[in-house]
This record gives sequence, structure tokens and C-alpha cells, in this order.
Amino acid sequence: MAAPCVFCGPAIASRFFLGGRVTLAQGQGIWKPAAAELQAGTRSQILRLKHLTVVKTKKNVAASRPEKYTVDFIKKQIEEFNIGKRHLANMMGEDPETFTQEDIDRAIVYLFPSGLFEKQARPSMKHPDYIFPKQSAIQWGEDGRPFHFLFYTGKQSYYSLMHEAYGKFLDAEKRQNQLQAKDLQMEKTKTKDPIVSRWLIKEELEGMLAEKLSDRDYTRFIQLVERFSTLQCGAAEEEFLRRFRRSVTIQSKKQLTERLQYDEQGRAFSTSEGKRKSAKAEVVVYEHGNGKIKVNGVDHLLYFPVTQDREQLMFPFHFLDRLGKHDVNCTVSGGGRSAQAGAIRLATARALCSFVTEDEVEWMRQAGLLTTDPRVRERKKPGQEGARRKFTWKKR
Amino acid sequence: MRERSGTPNFREVGRERNYGRQFESTSCSLETLRGSSALYSAGTMLKGMTRLISRAHKLDRGRFLHTGTQTPQTIAAHLDNPAPVESPRAISRTSESDPAKHGEQQEGQHYNIPHQDLKTVFPHGLPPRFVMQVKTFNEACLMVRKPALELLHYLKNTNFAHPAVRYILYGEKGTGKTLSLCHVVHFCAKQDWLILHVPDAHRWVKNCRDLLQSTYNKQRLDQPLEASTWLKNFRTSNERFLSQIKVQEKYVWNKRESTEKGSPLGDVVEQGITRVRNATDAVGIVLKELRRQSSCGIFHLLVAVDGVNALWGRTTLKREDKSPIAPEELAFIYNLRKMVKNDWNGGAIVLTLSQTGSLFKPRTAYMPQELLGEEGFNALDPFIPILVSNYNPKEFQSCIQYYLENNWLQHEKAHTEGGMKELLFLSNANPGQLERLCAYL
Repeated sequence: MAAPCVFCGPAIASRFFLGGRVTLAQGQGIWKPAAAELQAGTRSQILRLKHLTVVKTKKNVAASRPEKYTVDFIKKQIEEFNIGKRHLANMMGEDPETFTQEDIDRAIVYLFPSGLFEKQARPSMKHPDYIFPKQSAIQWGEDGRPFHFLFYTGKQSYYSLMHEAYGKFLDAEKRQNQLQAKDLQMEKTKTKDPIVSRWLIKEELEGMLAEKLSDRDYTRFIQLVERFSTLQCGAAEEEFLRRFRRSVTIQSKKQLTERLQYDEQGRAFSTSEGKRKSAKAEVVVYEHGNGKIKVNGVDHLLYFPVTQDREQLMFPFHFLDRLGKHDVNCTVSGGGRSAQAGAIRLATARALCSFVTEDEVEWMRQAGLLTTDPRVRERKKPGQEGARRKFTWKKR
Repeated sequence: MRERSGTPNFREVGRERNYGRQFESTSCSLETLRGSSALYSAGTMLKGMTRLISRAHKLDRGRFLHTGTQTPQTIAAHLDNPAPVESPRAISRTSESDPAKHGEQQEGQHYNIPHQDLKTVFPHGLPPRFVMQVKTFNEACLMVRKPALELLHYLKNTNFAHPAVRYILYGEKGTGKTLSLCHVVHFCAKQDWLILHVPDAHRWVKNCRDLLQSTYNKQRLDQPLEASTWLKNFRTSNERFLSQIKVQEKYVWNKRESTEKGSPLGDVVEQGITRVRNATDAVGIVLKELRRQSSCGIFHLLVAVDGVNALWGRTTLKREDKSPIAPEELAFIYNLRKMVKNDWNGGAIVLTLSQTGSLFKPRTAYMPQELLGEEGFNALDPFIPILVSNYNPKEFQSCIQYYLENNWLQHEKAHTEGGMKELLFLSNANPGQLERLCAYL
């Protein structure tokens, strides 16, 4: 029992008391003994499985290539996942029909609380599509003959895509020539998308095809697709091309603008917060003012004796050319003097967004006024004196 | 009529600072040069607004001597802005060289102190940064400001029969208290008063190398070097009085030397300078004699002490056995305390509080209560407080004009509206800060 138990351990550990299988995001080799039904939990079966496992791994010792999964295997995983999902929903007392991935995540976090820092090391239960790397299924049948006719090119999906696209391109060209010949050519109406779109980038294309591409391949593909899009083509071709376009969202539209509020005297003001390192600042900017700034009740000249800090405060106003026009009242805590200055700067920039046109908001965003500085103090590592500094190297 | 307050009620003489001027222009701020923000990327360049400010202001501590005459213009090389010559000049300079004639119209303008006066009146009185500026510009220009004008008004109406009134100039750091004091001292010197000017009382309570046990009183300590330098400067500024005033007692210095009764005060001063060991005692004698004789009416005495909170604070000096010394144990401080008591008449006492040189006081302290402490406050109790605050917009403009005229601001955006706005923001119209900022430009 001793030797088998070694394999038994993880194998049994995987058969949790859950109905479903919670797959840990580790090497899936252990899960290779795939086909066991979960409900069948008799010992003998397990033992048998474990023997199979032993046999299988011994056979594949020489293989170092990444494992390829059969399509059936993936399908089985999906079924198991769905069943597991339903069991989990039952356990949590929720409706299995409307059990979403977020609910699954919450349930797992509740049932298996983990103190690990690395998020990816914690237990999780995800759809097999996310777990198993998207690789092409085994491309040949039992007789060793590949399914696809372009298998021996090495990049079958890429070349098949090029082939298909070129075929469509030729058809469209032929049609256009026919129309030209008949003088029925319609001007190609450029249907500009209201949202600007772009072609796929190389990484996205690789993901779509589940194959590695070279830069030249990618360039050829883009050239073909560009030429195709200049032709006049029907709805089907448009659909085909749209698969390869992604929309570009304009970043600044996501910028939240604070609302203006009005105090007792009818003055408009806006509040916002900002953070930098460990300093937090909350700022109230009044619309009509002298240009006075009060920090924690104290004048900014007294609070920040260093010129550099005051320059940081000045930056948003100076950028918008509103130096003497607003009054500012702020509270700040935490951090050091530079961090506090940076926090106040971010907060004032955000507050000023509500007084300013959209274009200027975009300019501010490009200038970096509206971005929280993500730099924080790096942790000290053991075996080193600081975050990066190593101990003095001694030759002997 | 000079008002004398029986109780120290504080009058806030602070002025409203109005920063809202309609300055529009884009000017480049120095922050791009200093690289203040890591995220301040080339994104700004996208907008095409490069901002660089030339802040070539070297600003002294706020107060500039009024430039009275037009002649200093010839000395100072200029002028980049030929077209509006008159109006900036009209803002920043006035032709009145005599502080006695300074009034409301000259407020905000600089007047010139002639070089002669500089040597006699201020051998040691001016703050070091101002001295550097004087050397650079080859002229000493002080700005007429409201606190000084107020003080001059009181001094003009002093009733010499009453005990000396104490005026205390207080304010935030860098607002121009010391230079206000210098303005007043210049005025009194012109009016032929006897000036007793202690430039910085803090210098007596710290960084003193040699302390001798006093010969006069065993418990007190002498500071020979400081005392002798002070006596030298005192002699320079009050030459003509030294022969007129006669001592009224006999002072025996040691076995061989003594000063007879009726000999001029100059002898005592000489004695102090030559015999450094007795310098502090000489100072004490001078103070005592002046105090006694000022009521006679031969001369008017002005006691001007800068950083008077040093007299009642703590010292950093220690004896050989590392025990700390209280200020009273220093002979000079002891005598000076007697001097600023208002039990004599025939003059005035003008004092300044200073946090800059003070020991063991927080940076934000500027009120008399905080800086003087209980003891000092009670000792100085009936006094007239005068607040010295930051520049108002007119003074700020005037100051910048003065710098521009002297070609001190070399940055191309210095004379633009936007540049001035930035300077205003960064310095918050604080004279000291403005001066330090402009030193870079």
C-alpha cells in the first residue's frame, strides 16, 4: 500500500466531498487518469485507477512535450465542471440554473479559505477552457492520418485562414470586375464605425489560431485583410472581416467627473480624493477664489516649506491656467511630505475636472495629472539588506 | 498722538491678500526643469504648452530700502524694457531718501540708502542675505511698508517725558521684520538719535566658543569676542555721541586701569575694545550710562534688538561640566534685559521676534506668546505689537519690478503675467520665500 499511496494521496485529495471536481491549477498530469466517474468511489475502483495511473506515467516518462488533450477529454472536463457547478450550487443553497462564475468563486473562497499570497496558488474552480491552455486538439486520427489537409505545413490554422481569406478576396474581386464591366459599380461607401476599430494585434491573432506566428506571417495576413477591406464586398465578407477587428475605446471617456456642489453662499465647489504611497488627501476646490490653499488648516507656505512640494501643488492650476482663480481647502494624512504633496496634487486635478471642458480633461489625463502613481515601497527581501541592495559581497 | 496700550491687546494689522489678478499667459514652469513628477510625461508637450518660468528674483527678506534718488539707475545696468520706463519706476522706486518724509504715497516703493549711511548706520545691522544683495546690485534699496510707516509715525510723536515705549514687530517667518527694523533704525539715525542696535540676539546665546567667568560678578559669564565686535560696531555708528556723553562714575577695570568720572564714554568703549577681557563689562557700563543719561535730554536713545526672544529662551551653551547655562547667567543678556525694561525715558525700544535663529522653538511659532514664553512675555508686558505680514499685490509687483530693473531675473518668462502669477503662488507673497526663489532665476 505504501507506494501506491503516494499516488493515492493526491488522487483521493482531488475527490473532495464536493460533487464536482475542483481542479487545482497545477500540472494536470495527475488528472490524466481522467475517465473515472466521480460517484463511483469504491476502493477497489480507486485502487484500480491508481494502478492505471502508475502504468500510464511509467509509459510517458520519456515524453517531455506538452501534453495534448483530445477533444473528448476536454468535453468530459466540461461536463464534469457543469455537474460540479450544480452540486456546488446545491451545497450553497442557491439556484443551480443561475449560478455564475462569480458565485462559484465566492463559494470556493468561502469553503476553502486560503492564506496564500499568490492569488494563482489559491484553490479555484474554473471552466476548463480557462484552465487547459488553448491548444489544438490532437490532429490525427487513430490511423495516424491527419485530419486537416494543411497539417504538414506546421501552422495549419494560419494557412487555412489565409487560404480562405484569399479565396474570398478573389471572389470579391471577380464580382467587382463583373460589376465594373456592366458599369454598375457603386461607390464603396466607407462605413466608418462610430467607434474607431483596429485590426487584431499579433498576440490576439495567435490566441485565435492557437498557434505561434512569426512577424512576417502576421504582416502578410494584415496586408491581405487590408486589401480585402478596400474592395467592395457584401454582408458575408463584412462579417468575416469584422472578426478581425477590435474596437478602440477612448480612454478619457472613462474618466469620472465629480459633480459640482453648492454651499450656503451659492459658491460652487467640488470634492475629491487622491492617494500617493501611503498618503491620503481630500480636497475641496471652490470655484471663485483668490488662489489661497489651506492644508490641514494651515497655509500651504507653512505646511510645505520645500519649494518642490509647492510646485507639485501648483501644477494642476498652472496647467489649466487657473492660477489665482480657485480656493482650496484640503486635509491630508499619512505618508511623507513628498507623498502628501503628490496626493493633494492628484486630488486637486480630479476636483478641477468638474470645472473644466472635456478636452482639457483629456489633456490633463495625458499629462499624467489624473493617474494615481502606482509606485509603493518595495518590500525588503530576506537575504538582502533592502529591497534591492544585497549584503556586501565578501570574497572569503 | 502716540497711543500707549496699558494691556497688550493685539491689533491685527494684517492685510488682506488678494491674489486674484487677471494674469493670462502661458509660461513655462520650473517644475518641468526640476522634473518634479515622474508622470509628467511628454504628454504635456502634446498640448504644446511648455511652461518655463524664469524666476530670476533674488528677493531679500521682503523689505527694501526705498530708492530715493534717480541716480541709482545709472549705477544699476538696465533696461530691457525701454518702453514703459516710467510706470514700473513709479511703482517700484521713490525719490525720497529720507525716511522722515516717508508717508502713505511711498508705500510699496523702494528707497535708496546712500552708501555713506550704510557704513555708519548699519555696520552690523543688516541681515546677511540683504548684504549680499546690496553688494550685487551696488545699491541698498529698502521697501516702504505699512508696519514701518506705522512705527515711524509713532516714533515721530514720541513723548520723551514718558517712559520708553516698547514696540514689538512680529510675524511669520520671512515677512520682513528685520528689514522693518533697519528702516526704523535708519530713520532714527537721520533724526540724530543714539542707536543701540543689537543685530541678532540669538548670536549671543549659541555658538559661543569662549566663555569667561565675569570679573564683575562671579556667577555670570562673559563673552569677550562678541562683546568686542559689538563695541566696535557701536562705535562706528555713534561716533559723535561718544565724546559728548560723560560717565558719571568711576570704573576700575583692574589694578592698573580705571576710568575716571566725567571722562567721555568713548574711553569706556576703547577700553572694552582694547582689553577684550573686559569687553562685556564695558558693554554693561555703556548700557547703564545710556540708560541713566537718556532722561537728561541730551540725546534720544533708540534700543533696537532683533530676535529679542533670545533673551528669554534657552541657550545651547554649556559649562565645562556640561551643565546648561540659563540666559540670565550671561552678563550681556542680563544687561540687555535691563535695557529693554521701560523704566527709563527719553527714547523708544523697538524689538523684533525671530523664529529663524531661535532655539528649541517650533518652526510655525510666530506669536509673541509662543516665542517669548511666559517669562519674556511678562517682562515685556505692556508693549505695542505690530504685525508684519506678507506682501500685498502692490508690494509684490513693486518687488518684482525692482528685480527686473536690476536685471536680476534672467528667465525669459519672468516679466510675463503668467510668470508673476507662478511666483506669487509659489512664494505666497512671502518676501523671504520670493527672494530665495528669485535667486535661482
